[in-house]
Amino acid sequence: MTTAVEQKITHEVRLHGRGGQGAVLASKILAKALVLSGQHVTAIPSFGFERRGAPVAAFMRYSNRPIRAVTNIYAPDYIICIDPSIPKAVDIFAGVQPDSTLIQATRNSAESLSCPAAVTRVVLCDAIAIGMEVFRRPITNTIMLGAFAKATGIVTLDGLRAGLESANFRDAGLEQNLIAVERGFNESIVKQRQGDTWV
Amino acid sequence: MATPALKLKHPGCAQSIVCDGNEAAAWAVALARPDVVAVYPITPQSSLVEYVSQFIADGKIEAELMNVEGEHSVLSALHGAALAGGRTYTATCGPGLAFMFEPYWRTPGMRLPIVASLVTRDGITPQCVWGGQQDAMTMKETGWIQIYCETVQEVLDTTVMAYRIAEHHDVMLPVNICHDGNYLSYGVTQVEVPEQSAVDDYLGEKNINWHVALDPLRPMAVDPLTGGAGGPGPAKFVAYRKGLCQGMQNALGVIEQAHADWAEIFGRDYAPLVEEYRLDDADYALVTIGSMTGAAKDAVDSARERGQKVGLIKIKTFRPFPVAAMTRALKKVRAVGVVDRSVHYGWDCGPLYQEVLSCLYRAGQPIAAGSFIGGLAGADLTEGHFARAIERTAQLLAGDEFDSPVWLNEHD
Repeated sequence: MTTAVEQKITHEVRLHGRGGQGAVLASKILAKALVLSGQHVTAIPSFGFERRGAPVAAFMRYSNRPIRAVTNIYAPDYIICIDPSIPKAVDIFAGVQPDSTLIQATRNSAESLSCPAAVTRVVLCDAIAIGMEVFRRPITNTIMLGAFAKATGIVTLDGLRAGLESANFRDAGLEQNLIAVERGFNESIVKQRQGDTWV
Repeated sequence: MATPALKLKHPGCAQSIVCDGNEAAAWAVALARPDVVAVYPITPQSSLVEYVSQFIADGKIEAELMNVEGEHSVLSALHGAALAGGRTYTATCGPGLAFMFEPYWRTPGMRLPIVASLVTRDGITPQCVWGGQQDAMTMKETGWIQIYCETVQEVLDTTVMAYRIAEHHDVMLPVNICHDGNYLSYGVTQVEVPEQSAVDDYLGEKNINWHVALDPLRPMAVDPLTGGAGGPGPAKFVAYRKGLCQGMQNALGVIEQAHADWAEIFGRDYAPLVEEYRLDDADYALVTIGSMTGAAKDAVDSARERGQKVGLIKIKTFRPFPVAAMTRALKKVRAVGVVDRSVHYGWDCGPLYQEVLSCLYRAGQPIAAGSFIGGLAGADLTEGHFARAIERTAQLLAGDEFDSPVWLNEHD
């Protein structure tokens, strides 16, 4: 079945995180990977006084056609949330389009996320646990890019690896992040809405 | 593991990268091979000078990097470098530009072809660190050439072109390449990087201090005390001023030629002065500047689908103002809505709107005009905002004119 979102030419992604978690860096890596997949991409971080721990967002459009608008995202069809506690702090679902996908860092169930009806698919990834194993710290940004790749199929793991390699990580950091992306991809669980339940 | 390469779409390009506008500007600086770069960081310009500094540290740019104590010293240092014959670069914005002001307005009078990126930022107060064009617009009567970019690729391309324009012997003036803080400075997209050898050919041999120099072999008075009401002063002063005005007028043709040659070598064709978009059969038009233009073009397309005969005029070169090109464009329509990302306090409108009003006088035909102001201090200008501007401009056609500006983000 082809959903309305899959027919859509331009996709709008909003990435939520907290200052210091690398949401903006993640959006740059993802932009590179999307370009490698032949997509046109514009990524814009939301901006403010950078404070560690404060909610931040990054915006991205990708399309198989050239993109002219250099604007923020108000009607996303993909929401990537790299921090488990962010949904309590900001309305991550603002403006969400019908048949949207939420890619959420969480160890909880889809039912616990209180998704509006417009969200018909969730991708769950226990990114904090993975981050603690890979980095010994709760770093989740690149793990969640792996989850995005699984959710969309629009970017490949190879594309994300290329994005990582151009992101100026030091050697050990690059190795860890390559593992992180792959574990995010492999360990994400995709759930589809069926009425009131997720299967 | 080999990194998959991005495909190149244009001739004369060496590689394709994915980067933001600040990094794109830094790549342009590398391609232009400056001799001296002086910097002081300020939001949202900081990452630009960090990229340039990194390129110098990596040996990618063989330039003297001067980390000085403030923007006044930045530009003063570049004065010395340019007088010694060096190609120079800096970038600044907002309060940094304000602190640079004294050497800044000295630069055009000395006819120094310095290139400086303005990563445009709104003015203070109230306190704000976000994008807006108030800083650049405040400087519009200082004699610097000002060129505004729409896309990240255009930032890279135009920053290289700036050296060709500034150093042209009929121009010899400093150039500001303006790119919108936040939306272009941090906006990431695919960009093609020209080949070094092609850029070397494009820019040619530099000859920067043939007219004014700090050179023991050619002793001369630089920036002499002149003017006053007697002796040779008045005529001398007029010669300086008139020469600067002539240089600005010469720049219009040089900017066009620089863009035409760029298109031929690198395949990317930008309207150098004024771009006309869906204008030929339009009844009315929006006038835009900078990165807002993409969303405005989308809004024009949507309105066209609804049967509205609307077009768009984008200004790229704001100083010198392309009076003939703008007047020619305006004469194609019967109403215009001018969207500014800054404020003209004196006239209660946007600065671009005020320039357009002057062109309407030259056009010599009745064309209704209205001022819209939006995107201040990082505020977003979306297709929805431009749809409203289009509707309100359509009402001008019906005779419903307005005097005070429409503030597009007033109810966001």
